[in-house]
Amino acid sequence: MRATARLVARADGHGRTVLPELRGESPLLLRQVPAGDGGVTVYVVGGAAGPLAGDELRLDVEVGPGAVVRVHTVAASIALPGRPGPVSRMLVRATVAAGATLRWLPEQLVAAAGCAHVGDAQVDVAEGGTLHWRDELICGRHGEQPGHAEVNTWVDLAGRPLLRQSLTVGPDVPGWAGPAVLGGAAATGSLLVVDPARPAEPPAVAGTVARLPLAGGLATLWTATAADAHTLRAYLEPPTENRSWCGGAPPEPVSDQHSLAGMGG
Amino acid sequence: MRPEILRPEIEHDESVPHTHPEPGVDPHAPLPAATRALRVGIGGPVGSGKTALVAALCRAFAGELRLGVVTNDIYTTEDADFLKRAGVLDPARIRAVETGCCPHTAIRDDIGANLDAVDELAEALGPLDLVLVESGGDNLTATFSRGLVDRQIFVVDVAGGDKVPRKGGPGVTAADLLVINKTDLAPMVGADLSVMDRDARARRGALPTVFQSITEDPLASQVADWIRHELAHRSTVTVPPDAAGAASPGAASAGVGSAEPAPRAVAGQAAPVAALPVGRA
Amino acid sequence: MAAPTMLLLLADGRFPAGAHAHSAGLEAAVAAGRVTDLATLGGYLRGRLATAGLVAAAFAAAARRAAWSSGRRATLARLDAELDARTASPAQRAVSRRQGRALLRAGRQIWPAATFDDLPVTPGGPHQPLTLGLVGAAAGLDPAQVATVAAHATVTGSASAAVRLLGLDPYQVQALLVRLAGACDATAARAARAAEEPPERLPAAAAPLADIHAEAHATWEVRLFAS
Repeated sequence: MRATARLVARADGHGRTVLPELRGESPLLLRQVPAGDGGVTVYVVGGAAGPLAGDELRLDVEVGPGAVVRVHTVAASIALPGRPGPVSRMLVRATVAAGATLRWLPEQLVAAAGCAHVGDAQVDVAEGGTLHWRDELICGRHGEQPGHAEVNTWVDLAGRPLLRQSLTVGPDVPGWAGPAVLGGAAATGSLLVVDPARPAEPPAVAGTVARLPLAGGLATLWTATAADAHTLRAYLEPPTENRSWCGGAPPEPVSDQHSLAGMGG
Repeated sequence: MRPEILRPEIEHDESVPHTHPEPGVDPHAPLPAATRALRVGIGGPVGSGKTALVAALCRAFAGELRLGVVTNDIYTTEDADFLKRAGVLDPARIRAVETGCCPHTAIRDDIGANLDAVDELAEALGPLDLVLVESGGDNLTATFSRGLVDRQIFVVDVAGGDKVPRKGGPGVTAADLLVINKTDLAPMVGADLSVMDRDARARRGALPTVFQSITEDPLASQVADWIRHELAHRSTVTVPPDAAGAASPGAASAGVGSAEPAPRAVAGQAAPVAALPVGRA
Repeated sequence: MAAPTMLLLLADGRFPAGAHAHSAGLEAAVAAGRVTDLATLGGYLRGRLATAGLVAAAFAAAARRAAWSSGRRATLARLDAELDARTASPAQRAVSRRQGRALLRAGRQIWPAATFDDLPVTPGGPHQPLTLGLVGAAAGLDPAQVATVAAHATVTGSASAAVRLLGLDPYQVQALLVRLAGACDATAARAARAAEEPPERLPAAAAPLADIHAEAHATWEVRLFAS
């Protein structure tokens, strides 16, 4: 199944964001929901189960100067096997203009057993733009091993490369579950925050979540692994002015941290 | 003035130099021109007192030389912390190098990390007169590469047994200065200093050996004097007067002093050890 | 293709570029209890090879390709920025630049006639894979050989550290490396092919634990390894 969707947001000059273009097709339907603060909130509504192998989905998002857009999904996307051979693809292309804000905070991508899925994100943030971009990958439904899933995140800031990250899991991927990559964690993800109003933060680590200031501009990546989706989400809640760590206080040190400290002697 | 402890009371040939042989019989490789800090390696087995010697030298040279220290101890920050705690050297003047459990490799076969650390000290602090490179504790076979240091000191202690000099090894036989340390412990461990002295001479020929107890000589006077002598005897270069400041690494032995050293007319003068000021507290 | 001996010299762990002091995250993985024995070491090496190894090999091969190109300085600058964007962890960026500086020191002394001045001037030093590309060019290696050196170093560095940290049987560790040789060659071949793409399309295989391990390691007061 092929589907495309497009979202164009503009500031109306009165402190509100309008959507001159909002269209999609099954299984990639877009729904605007009321938001009180002048920005707009859009949900991606899966019109059918999926993505299924063979699906080609594409969403374009354009956030014009001064506009504020939040994008959520109503539920986790479960990548499922379909016809043998082809992969399912989901491409999201987004541009964020100066003074614009895009908060891309979808639910998790679940790589079901036997799936073959590639998720691509290509984001261009102009100097002065704000971006929250979260990717969460759950490796298999409860108790199952995942199929092949690849999450590619390419972000440019002010025309320079900011983040290039491909995370690939699955039975054909060497070492993905091992101690160099996920260490047996079923859930992993990252949250990228590009926010010119936010001061630079030093790197930090607690257990299996790390805060990483990036090299290509004023931007921070939180990256985490966790035993389950719920724990992962706690690590990757977007920070607020009063919360440096995502999800409030730094996560409680896990046994990991004790052994790291213990290595000192 | 030398502390009396420094030499054992044994049959003693005064013609055998304690600090440095006469120029005509100098067995050392030529020192590089004074375009950069003199780099002196301090090696020796675990527990022989390398870090204590470094601390003593820091005390001895305080206010006299612009000093930096690179430490390679396996537990890298421990040595640096020791020096910091001892209050003898500003932490900014210390760099620690991780050696990946291969202390000898880092000072002999693959010296880049140590050279980087030396460079970083010069970049951060401006020209230095002396950089001490302390090896991680190793065994008797460890030596410094000539690509890393200009001179090396090998430290053994009497508690390691009075047979150590006889065992030889490149550190004992070829180091520019052999330090037999912790002489105050000799009676307690039954070490015969005269045996150590005899064996060291046999192994080392004209190369100097000193006996030392940091407990009784907290400034490690003999070693400090030896380093002063080496500094003074480096071949020198003509450093333009206006280049002798912080901008030029060529001011190595021209600017001998404290935290803000005043240039001194040492360059070009092969001053005898006795004529050098001795930085006693 | 260069004489095989030149390839062996560059790949040798005794080549004086500081490899002995780097465990490539293994010291942290051991401390976290994730690598404890030969089996977990095998998983670690496979994961490293598929992620950091592939990226390093591709960038090294790309830098080697750039070495004889007319726009070499601009390409190396782009590669530098692209590699930064693939290295989210500041600790890992610093380590890569530190290793690059060590390799550059060796390269300059060993091949004094070679030009390394087109490497981007950055505070911590040039990234290691970029430096390797130019050192490989100086040694007469082709991009595929440079990628092989990088992939080989990815597994041998951590394996050697494991022998030292865990006291593993060196014969068994070497046997593991022998079993991984095919994967190493395949990674290098894939990297060399990828290096024909423009810099922004080079591989970006990520490993969350690599970032987490590197940042944890950087906070330790006491380390045996520099990475």
